[in-house]
Parts: sequence; structure tokens; C-alpha cells
Amino acid sequence: MKNSMYLLVGVVFGLALTKGEAISWFRMQEMFHFESFHMYGIFMTAVPLAAISIFVIKKLKLNALDGEPIESPTKAYHHGVVIGGMIFGFGWALTGACPGPLYAQIGGGYLVTIVTFASALLGTWVYARFQHALPD
Amino acid sequence: MEFLYKPWPWYATGVIIGLSVPALLLLGNHRLGVSSTLRQICAITYPAKVPMLNYDWKKQKWNLYFVVGIFLGGFIGETLFANPEPVAISKNTVDMLHQQGLTDLTGLLPKELFNWTTLFSLKGFLFIVVGGFFVGFGTRYAGGCTSGHGIMGLAALQWPSLLATISFFLGGILFSYLVLPLIMSL
Repeated sequence: MKNSMYLLVGVVFGLALTKGEAISWFRMQEMFHFESFHMYGIFMTAVPLAAISIFVIKKLKLNALDGEPIESPTKAYHHGVVIGGMIFGFGWALTGACPGPLYAQIGGGYLVTIVTFASALLGTWVYARFQHALPD
Repeated sequence: MEFLYKPWPWYATGVIIGLSVPALLLLGNHRLGVSSTLRQICAITYPAKVPMLNYDWKKQKWNLYFVVGIFLGGFIGETLFANPEPVAISKNTVDMLHQQGLTDLTGLLPKELFNWTTLFSLKGFLFIVVGGFFVGFGTRYAGGCTSGHGIMGLAALQWPSLLATISFFLGGILFSYLVLPLIMSL
């Protein structure tokens, strides 16, 4: 039952990404050259709205549906945040996709992006395998 | 059904993405983050003896349903109800892409770069295979992607996520200005 809810949130999320052209290679080129407000507008709407939502959830001490208290997410710093982040940026410029849009591009019928996706899986696997040898 | 064919304004997409954060928190105390599903699929299919891939991925099963949803969202939004017009990018971007040799700017991805024939050329290999590899390798190294760091982490006021997001953009901007023109001329 709950899993179908996650599926539903995913459908709405994926539809918004797709109709908002946030999965478009063309939009990413435009964004990286600062030629349009479109993509920045999406971020500047989504982030504050999510931040306010988290603030309200904390303030009201809301629980998840199953009664579990909602935890505040934390992200720790390590150098990979910068090094890995830049590498992802290169891939973002090439493919026009982040991981979320990768799923939507395949669903959108651009079937060759199945290869992009498979390659992203390979990249993840190779990182996991050689994590110990890389600067943290 | 007209709204399904038309592109949506940035604020509509922004509101929906923003609200997906509290939706996932309230449904099951889950944090938005798509790149972790790549790790999950690796863990399911070929964990080998890699420590990072041997964990209880079943606890994060919700995320697999979520990304199947994203796939279906793409199917509905583009396969079923595609916008018949090209993406309305700025004139400067159109001129730049024409200069770089693209003629067909219809659809969401340039068909001249992303197709099964170019895949076996150096140019297509770089865009599709190397690009995809960077996305998977980089996001795992950074511990998150545009959703986990850029939306969720920033909204939770995590300063490493701010650094990550700046790095994503810095990498993309540098690559777009310095390297992409060279690859486009191949």
C-alpha cells in the first residue's frame, strides 16, 4: 500500500521534471551558459519550499504516517563532496541528466539513454570498488 | 488534457519538486535522493565483495518504487504527451548549438548526438558512455546528486550540500565552456 504511494509521488515528480523540461539536454546547456532563468527558477522555488516544509515539520514535531519521528537529514563533509561533485558536473553537462532525469529520459522514449543509465551504474560500481584507494 | 502536452512553467515544476520533500518525510521518514538507487541496483545485481555494496538495501526499497514512478512520469510526459514544439531555449543558446554543428533541436535531447549509431563513434561514446559514467561515479563520490544534495541537503541547511551543489555547477559550467566545444567539433 505504502509502496504504491512512493510510486505515485515518483510519477508526479517525474512528470514535473519532464514537463518542466528539467530532463532536457538543451535546457542544461542553456543553464550552464546562464542564458535563461528557467532552471534556476526551478531550484529557487523548490529549495525554499522544501526548507519551509522541513521547518514546519520540525516545529510541529510531526511524525511520519507510521508514527516514526521524522529525523532531520544530515550530510557530512568529506573531500569527495567537491571532487566527486565536479566529476558529476562534467557528466551532467555531457548527458544533460542527473540521476533522476536519467530514469525520466528512458521513460520519455530516448532509448539510447539506457546505455547512459547502465554506464552510470558502472560508474557507481567502480567508485564503490575503489573507494578505499581514492582521497576521501 | 491540454496541460499534459504543454511545457510547464518553472514555478509549477519547482513547487512539485519542493513538495516532494515533505511528502516523502511524512509518508515514511524518507529523504529525497535519487543517486542512492544506483548504489542499490549495484548492490542487488552485483555486490561482489565490495563493502559499500553489501548493506541492507531492502530497507530502502521505497526508493526503487519512487524511481519506477519517475520513469513512468517520463513515459506519460514525453512518450504519451510530448510537446510538439522544440524546447523554448534562448536564442543565444540556439545560435551556439547551431554554430557547434547541431541542426535538429527538436525533442528533449539532440537526436544527432544521442542515437544508436553515434554510440559507436568517439563523439557519441563521450556523450553517452563517458557522460553516464561521470554521473554515476561523481554522485556516489559526492554522496548525493542534485536531489539529495541540491534539493534535500540545501533545504535541510547542510553546508556540505551547499559545497556539493556549487561543485556540481562549477564542474558543469567549466566543462560546458572549455571541453564541450572541443567534443562537439569531433
